Parts: sequence; C-alpha cells; structure tokens
Amino acid sequence: MSLSTTTNSAAPLVALRGVGKTFASGTVALAGLNLHIRPGEFVSLLGPSGCGKSTALRIMAGLSEATEGVVEWPSAADGTRGKGRLSFVFQEPTLMPWASVFANVKLPLDLRRTLSMNVAERVGAALDHVGLAGFRQAYPRELSGGMRMRASIARALVTEPQLLLMDEPFAALDEITRFKLNDDLLRMWQTLRTTVVFVTHSVFESVYLSSRIVVMAARPGRVFTELAVDAPYPRDDNFRTSPEYAAHCRRTSEALAGAMAAGGEP
Amino acid sequence: MSDLPPAHSRESGNPAPLQPVRASPHERRDRSLRIALPIVVLALGLLIWEAVVRIEDVPPYVLPAPGLILQTLVTDWALLGRSLLVTLVMTLEGFLLAAVGGVGLAVLFNQSRLVEYSLYPYAVILQVTPVVAVAPLLLIYLPQQAAVLACAWIVAFFPVLANSTLGLNSVDRNLADLFSLYGASRGQVLWRLKLPSALPYILGGLRIAGGLSLIGAVVAEIAAGAAGAGSGLAYRIAESGYRLNIPRMFAALLLLSVAGIVIFYLLSLINYFALRRWHESALAAER
Repeated sequence: MSLSTTTNSAAPLVALRGVGKTFASGTVALAGLNLHIRPGEFVSLLGPSGCGKSTALRIMAGLSEATEGVVEWPSAADGTRGKGRLSFVFQEPTLMPWASVFANVKLPLDLRRTLSMNVAERVGAALDHVGLAGFRQAYPRELSGGMRMRASIARALVTEPQLLLMDEPFAALDEITRFKLNDDLLRMWQTLRTTVVFVTHSVFESVYLSSRIVVMAARPGRVFTELAVDAPYPRDDNFRTSPEYAAHCRRTSEALAGAMAAGGEP
Repeated sequence: MSDLPPAHSRESGNPAPLQPVRASPHERRDRSLRIALPIVVLALGLLIWEAVVRIEDVPPYVLPAPGLILQTLVTDWALLGRSLLVTLVMTLEGFLLAAVGGVGLAVLFNQSRLVEYSLYPYAVILQVTPVVAVAPLLLIYLPQQAAVLACAWIVAFFPVLANSTLGLNSVDRNLADLFSLYGASRGQVLWRLKLPSALPYILGGLRIAGGLSLIGAVVAEIAAGAAGAGSGLAYRIAESGYRLNIPRMFAALLLLSVAGIVIFYLLSLINYFALRRWHESALAAER
C-alpha cells in the first residue's frame, strides 16, 4: 500500500543538523542532534522524560529556536519551513472551549485567511476522517477525552499538512481508547500519505505505529540509536499479537534501556 | 472509522450531555428550598417588625412599620420613582463607562507593556483613594451630573480592569502556540484567543462593577445632597433625613436595595447565558 513511501530515497522533508538547545536557565535540552525525516515516513521519537524529544519537535515546528545547528527543509522551494505544510498535535487536545467542534477544526483555515468556497467541505472531510461527523455542533466540554483528541487531530489534518508533528498525543488516554486511536491514526496516515513525527515514551506504541524509531538519550538530549520497523502496513490486531511485534518490542526495549543507561539516571 | 458514533461507549470519559440535563427530584427540592427559605425569613422578620412597632407604639419618626414604608412608597411614588430613574441612569452610564474603560484599558495594557507600566500605578491610586473623600472635590470641579458619573466610574472600573487583565494573561499556552503556528495576526490573537479566554474573568469583573457603580453614584449623590443639590434617590435619603421623614428614607433605601439586587441578577443572567455552553462556572454539576 503505502510501503513505497517509506522507502522513498528523495531528499529529506526536514533535516536537523547538529541541533542544540540550551535554555536560559542553563539546562542543555539537546546537543548535537542529527535527524532526517523523509517524506512519507512515520517516525517515532522514543526516550525517557528529559531526553528533549518534545523540544526537538517544537524546534521542527518553529515554536522554539535552536541555539545551535540548523533546521533545513530541502524539499521546500525556499529552503525554509513551509508554514502551510505543517501541523502540530499537542499532548492535551488544546481545543478552544468556547467554540464548537466545527469552529475548532476550522480555526487553522480562518487564521490563514483561507478564502476558498469549500472551507466547510474541508472541515467536514477532516471530521469524517476522525469519525466525528456527527459532532460538529458539540462543544469540547461535551466530548469524551478520546473524542476531544480526535477533534484535535481533525484540526491538524484540515490544512492537509505535509508534516504532522504529534507530541505524546495519546499519553493521557486509557489503553482501549489509545489502541483505537492508534489504528485510526495509521489508517489516516496511509490514506492521506502525510509524514508523521510522533513523540512517545511507550515502546509498544512506537513499534506498532512507526516505520522507524529514533531512540533518544538524556543529559544532554541526543539520538542514541535508530531502529527500523520493517513490518508491512496495514497493521492491525494480528500484528499487535504477533511474535514479530514482540521481537521488535524486545529490541526497542533493549535500545531504550541502553539509552537510559547512557543518559545516566538521576 | 464507520463504526465510530458508538465511540461513546468505546471511549472512556463522560458521555456527552448534548441535551440539557434534567434536574433530579432531589435537585428540584433543593432549588425550591433555596428560593422558599429566604422568603420565609423575610416574611417572619417583617411580621415581627410590624408587631413590635404596633405593640410598643413606636412613633414613625423613630421606626416606621413595614406597612407604613410600603404605603409611603406608593404615595410618594411620583417623587421616588423619578429619583430612582435618575440614580439608575447615572449608575448605568457609570457602569457602561467602567466596562468600556476597564476592558479597553486592559486590552491596551495587554498590547503594550510601556503603556501598562506608565498607567497601572495610577489606576491603583484611583482605586485605593476612598471615593467618599474624592466626591466633594469632584463636585467642585465638575458639574453635578458629571461628578456623579465620574464617581460611579472611578469605583466601578478597577475590578473590570483588574479582572480583564488577569483574563487576558490567562491564555492556554498551547493554544497560543497553535495560533502562532498558523501565523495568526495580533488582531486575530486578540479577538479569537485572548478576549474569549478572558470572557469569564471580564464578566466576573462586570458583576462586581454593577454593584459598585450604584455605590459610586449614591456616594456622589450624598455628597452633592450635602451641598443642597440633586435629584437622585440618595439625595432623597439625605433630604428626608434632614426633614425627619423616616418612612420616606426607608422607602428610598428599599428602592436602592431592590435596584442593587436587580442589577446583580441581570449581570448574573448575562454571565450564565454567555458561558453556559463551555465554562466550568456555568455548567450544572452532574456527578
């Protein structure tokens, strides 16, 4: 299906070269981070808390500036971050509580002053993708945690982003909801052929979702190792219970343990 | 994904109360008690008051009975009604000026730190100086109506300013990041993010300001009344005091209280309708 995209050898969509981030407090969040995200990939950034995985994501999004190194967008015409091509999903749903689901999902189009006739159609399509078609007039408060996160994902998809950055989006959800959202996210990724960078601290989630896992170590935050998960998509419950999945999880766990040892537990 | 609408049952969390929540019998009884009990207390108090005045034969210039006060309210309605209107108009104007001034100044402070640093101390000074002490001065420099208005404004604008400032600074950081990610302009951030986030705080400030603008107007009228001019309710109270017309004093006082209560509930109602779909404060507790 979309396997071809993962083996795409084209120029990376975004490349972090020697990126470092030192906060004003003196904390070194990242040092010498090298990361290439290729078009169509599903990459997970996996690591213990404090390894700077969220910081790396924020730097990619332009929400935070790197204090060292460069962030390149080789495939963009002007070599800079194409503002129109990027969406971010936060750990919390981050919806406007005073606006309906429809208005929330429409927000990016409003902010970009998208003056196309089919704004309502695009919002409708995004809501369809996440299965919230029947809830456009509901307010966030009236939805369950999982449905709020769906609305948040719909909002990220409405701009048809090239790169979808997700910062532990399902960490606050229960396991059943999480599995369901994992499945739906994979389906959307395949349908929309977008590129995803997914921050998580769950080995199982990262193996299930990713075509590649970047394991990071802390103090200072850096790439410890990378693992390819070459199991074919689409993945489903059969994959989740397969020996292959278990083997990948073991490998990833070992890598994570190595990263934690390298990071020197406080 | 077609199997989603049962997402309700699949995904954890509260089921969506898309319909207004029906009150349970228990809640309904609780609500009727909350209305009935104060009324019973009021009726009892009035009865005892009336009885004491009649049994002890207290003269009306010492303590008029509730019946006499009501009677005075009716017979003096032409005078008192006109005064009530004067006071209410002043209060409303002061309140509107306070609302516009308070929210406007808060937005200005929010947009420019320099303006905030320059002006905020003076806003505080206006607030902490007792308005009773300022009113006579204002009456010297301003025409009487303007002085009353200025008093109502001075007292009422600060809570609006303080609450709006707090609200404008209480924006969800992730939402602010989201707005910057999509290249929102300053105006968009203000109108679509900061002001809606601040709305519950602004409304809270307005609720306080409503009562305070009445107090400001009354204080200025009393000060003006001491100078022998005026036509508002507070002036009637001062005037009746000089004439020992105690029943009319009580009647005017009653009108002021009722006006204050009505203002408070009107603002609470606005608050409720503006926030009922989304803000914790206005949502029915259902657990």
